[in-house]
Amino acid sequence: MALQAIAFYLMAAVTIASGFAVVSARNPVHSVLFLIAAFFSAAGLFVLMGAEFLAMLLVVVYVGAVAVLFLFVVMMLDVDFAALRQGFARYMPLGGLVAGALAIEMVVVSTTVASQGAARLNDTPMARGAAAGATVTNAEAIGRVLYTNYIYFFQAAGMVLLVAMIGAIVLTLRHKPNVRRQVIADQVARSPRSGMRVVSLKPGEGVSE
Amino acid sequence: MSIGLPHYLAVAAILFTIGVFGIFVNRKNIIVILMSIELILLAVNINLVAFSVYLGNVVGQVFAMFVLTVAAAEAAVGLAILVTFFRNRGDISVDDASMMKG
Repeated sequence: MALQAIAFYLMAAVTIASGFAVVSARNPVHSVLFLIAAFFSAAGLFVLMGAEFLAMLLVVVYVGAVAVLFLFVVMMLDVDFAALRQGFARYMPLGGLVAGALAIEMVVVSTTVASQGAARLNDTPMARGAAAGATVTNAEAIGRVLYTNYIYFFQAAGMVLLVAMIGAIVLTLRHKPNVRRQVIADQVARSPRSGMRVVSLKPGEGVSE
Repeated sequence: MSIGLPHYLAVAAILFTIGVFGIFVNRKNIIVILMSIELILLAVNINLVAFSVYLGNVVGQVFAMFVLTVAAAEAAVGLAILVTFFRNRGDISVDDASMMKG
């Protein structure tokens, strides 16, 4: 149990420190790298909770896809990031005020929950779910629910991804005016008659266009 | 001392607050704003998974997966809009992005 506590505090500290570094780093490339660290240690927290499937999903989807997408965009856009940091100190008091108010609200809510529902909350540690479903792995448990009760939502999620993919392509696709492109319909519709020309030549003369 | 639900809720609350703080202090840099939104969604996911494990009900994890899907789609479309905006303006400052205001 002590080992679990050490692992929790280590990963929670790394998650929060990386999260803070994301919003306060000077260079956006460093922000992306800290975002990867935050997601990685959050995946560690998921494993600690017993949600292994979601932890792997987080690593694959976020570290593998979203963070790399961010990295590409940050590195390929030629932006003066120093100019974008102007106003950091100016918005600091307002941001600190809103963040502090949010933090106080959430602390009040969670302490209320913890004290009111303490009897229910503390006698069932997080291990209960793992102990109850020991015969079924986490991925299997999710799959059993996801592909039966939530199949339409699953399909809708796939549709959301398809629409996002097409939208991103349409937004960023650019046709340069003086680039010759392959038009397959024209190639297929081409007949021998239109593709070939018979020229009658007189002897001794060449062909010149 | 055993690690229970309140510990995970505290981590999620701090991460959420950091995300909101990041949106406020990086008003001009839309890339960092998008990353702050990702942090907020990660905090939401931690809450969903913590309650899912605590209640022994796997539906919370299924919902966290849907949140993950929407977050990925949002990041892709947001970055595509950002690239298009950069091509048109040569700059990604959010303060100037009011040309459609009328």
